[in-house]
Amino acid sequence: VLNVDLQTDATLQVDISDALSERDKVKFTVHTKSTLPNFKQNEFSVVRQHEEFIWLHDSFVENEEYAGYIIPPAPPRPDFDASREKLQKLGEGEGSMTKEEFTKMKQELEAEYLAIFKKTVAMHEVFLCRVAAHPVLRKDLNFHVFLEYNQDLSVRGKNKREKMEDFFKNVVKSADGVLVAGVKDVDDFFEHEKTFLLEYHNRVKDASAKSDRMIRSHKSAADDINRIASTLYTLGTQDSTDVCKFFLKVSELFEKTRKIEARVAADEDLKLADLLKYYLRESQAAKDLLYRRGRALVDYENANKALDRARAKNKDVLQAETSQQVCCQKFEKISESAKQELIDFKTRRVAAFRKNLVELAELELKHAKGNLQLLQSCLGVLKGDT
Amino acid sequence: MAASSPRNPPPLPGADNQDPLSEMADEDSDEGEDIFVGNSNPVAESFQTDTANGEEPADLFSEEEISTTVNSSITTTKSNGVHSDNENDLFAEASVELSMENPSTIARENPTTTAKTSGAEFTPSRTQTQPKSIEQLEEDKDEDSFDMDVAVTNPEKIGDGMNAYIAYKVSTRTTLPMFKNRTFSVWRRFSDFLGLYEKLSVKHSLNGCIIPPPPEKSIVGMTKVKVGKEDSSSADFVETRRAALERYLQRVVCHPSLLQDPDVREFLERDELPRAVGTHTLSGAGFLKMINRASDAVSKMTVKISDSDAWFDNKLQEVESEELQLRKLHAVVESLVNHRKELCGNTAVFAKSMAMLGNSEDNTALSRALSQLAEVEDKMETLHQEQAASDFFILAELLADYIRLLGAVRGCFEQRMKTWQRWQEAQSTLQKKREVEAKLLWANKPDKLQQAKEEITEWEGKVTQYERDFDRISVTVRKEFLRFEKEKSKDFKSQIVKYLESLLQSQQRLVKFWEAFLPEAKAIG
Repeated sequence: VLNVDLQTDATLQVDISDALSERDKVKFTVHTKSTLPNFKQNEFSVVRQHEEFIWLHDSFVENEEYAGYIIPPAPPRPDFDASREKLQKLGEGEGSMTKEEFTKMKQELEAEYLAIFKKTVAMHEVFLCRVAAHPVLRKDLNFHVFLEYNQDLSVRGKNKREKMEDFFKNVVKSADGVLVAGVKDVDDFFEHEKTFLLEYHNRVKDASAKSDRMIRSHKSAADDINRIASTLYTLGTQDSTDVCKFFLKVSELFEKTRKIEARVAADEDLKLADLLKYYLRESQAAKDLLYRRGRALVDYENANKALDRARAKNKDVLQAETSQQVCCQKFEKISESAKQELIDFKTRRVAAFRKNLVELAELELKHAKGNLQLLQSCLGVLKGDT
Repeated sequence: MAASSPRNPPPLPGADNQDPLSEMADEDSDEGEDIFVGNSNPVAESFQTDTANGEEPADLFSEEEISTTVNSSITTTKSNGVHSDNENDLFAEASVELSMENPSTIARENPTTTAKTSGAEFTPSRTQTQPKSIEQLEEDKDEDSFDMDVAVTNPEKIGDGMNAYIAYKVSTRTTLPMFKNRTFSVWRRFSDFLGLYEKLSVKHSLNGCIIPPPPEKSIVGMTKVKVGKEDSSSADFVETRRAALERYLQRVVCHPSLLQDPDVREFLERDELPRAVGTHTLSGAGFLKMINRASDAVSKMTVKISDSDAWFDNKLQEVESEELQLRKLHAVVESLVNHRKELCGNTAVFAKSMAMLGNSEDNTALSRALSQLAEVEDKMETLHQEQAASDFFILAELLADYIRLLGAVRGCFEQRMKTWQRWQEAQSTLQKKREVEAKLLWANKPDKLQQAKEEITEWEGKVTQYERDFDRISVTVRKEFLRFEKEKSKDFKSQIVKYLESLLQSQQRLVKFWEAFLPEAKAIG
């Protein structure tokens, strides 16, 4: 499971204790343990769906007070479509394969379904844990409502008009993004962060896509080995000659090695692909923070210019002064928290990569050694017989 | 896709190798490399991965089966090698055996007690003085053993444009007296190999011999080569073909009867071979198609010869069922090869991507670790590529060979059926002639009667001849089949073991890669 190395804190602990997959939705049981006085009880659970997580995330994004923070990225929508399609195809093709093959494939697909399910639970959980670990966001009222209110939050999905509005907002944002990105920052720290994040985000995006493709090929190869094992088994059971016994032993070997190969692909998925995907989203959230600061800077600079003009004309000076002060405060507030957020982001990122890369290497080693042992012992038997 | 890794020359013979033949091979060979590595197993490899452990050249005298029927067929070397010409032959004794009911018990009995009625005596071989049972012939080991090794190497493109072709060096090393030298090489092209196959088929397939089929023609593959496409796919194609031709030739020379055929000798020895004609129309695959069509026609008739034929029935069924499974297996292995190649490509791309990410990362230790990870992935790419090559050259090609061979085996069985039918038809013709004779006797027509009697005698002769042919082909088919099974068993075992060893080496390297990376990962932070 992806771990982003968060501080666990006794005053507020959140996890997803259960999840249920229904026809086209997943119901998460969000479980909270808290000593904070804000809650009626010390321990309680509610059931939430994906849309309600999105509502919570969006409420953070839209909240001006949080402009200076990296908003924990929203979990991706649970997507069982591909898996469900495969299960359906299997059901349709049941007549064309042997009972063993069918059972085997069914088990495979069910395991795959379960893996996707576990992943989506983990990603929703990570989001909540990130919020709970954040010194400011954890106090958010919407968050508390999300955790405690034991009825449906009635957050319907966005309707068409709202989606259109979002779309235009994003268009404006990216145009702005280009604008603010072009303005060189006086502050070296932020200038460096801007350059760094723009490049890093693109490269993480690329690495994430490519890791997915690589892992898919790996899974396909493991599936092929599975079918080889089955066919060898059939060949081996046709007679009791020497060579048939040989086939049976090799079939058994491939059965075991392909399980390991499938695990290798799954572990690469968890420790590498998911890690990259997560940091793709987090680096975007960090970019969004920089954008908001950039916007505040532009507003501040505009307010300065307006003040200069007002003073020159000696008209509406007080108004311009107030406006300028507000912009200044906003900008400075954002800058201050943004700096800390970006430093924390780096710390978290380094820790997460370290943990996952170490675990990845350890698992790869474990699996390679497992394979090695299987191959050595099988070869020993096969060569001894002949 | 990276270019295929270059083949390393086989290890030179070690100092403790007493074999004088290998030294001679060095003298003969232009490149100074000993191309004879491994035993004379039909799929002894010339293709080597760079992880080949320095095995000593295996015992060259390990080919037991060659010795068996060589004993019995030594007598036929003076003839042109076609057994059917030889009346006074070993099959006479065998035909007696087959008149018994259960073929499987026959071979176990001491043949001296059963060899009787047939006038022809078994011509003793050089070292044996008594007739042997089929099983004894098969179990003989190291009798008059000799070695015979062939290799197909050095593919060279000759000429340009659409008339270009690839010439292969065919090298032989042998102690057989029938060859002029002990080691020699000739240059042959693909159509020469096909030509050899056709000559052998024409002569031997009617006897029930299992003629090893050559690799198939490939217009696409060859066109690429002719056009001069210098990429890895045409290099792969040439290497695949070279290896397949080598295995084909090794199987031919392993076959005791075929080895005696002068066409084989000519193929191996003669400097300039007349260009094989008609291979445009009748390629190896074409010939096989002919056999397959014929076998389809025959199998449509549900003929059961007799109870003693159950053995042949069962074996044919086994062959058909096995061919089906091998085709399935081959398809899956091809899928694996493709996925591994895909994995190889995707890993390379991912490695570059990780390297870029490592460059962007501003934490020094993490940046270095990511670069190291990129290097590990790069090494994995090489690993996957080599593994895909193993998947293909060791496993997929083995399966493809045996799918073709099983087709030849089926052809063999169908030949036997045709022989039986001819006998049956002759018997029914004879019957008709006798009826005609009877009618003529009744009708009292002396002239026609004389003719009828002549025809009866003629057909009686044919019936006897065809019966003997059938018995003879049954013996051959059975012997061929048992030999084939043995070869197949050996082939599969040795190739699969080789494949597993390649897998093992991959995993060993994987362990090294990750063991080297782990401390780098731990050093982050």
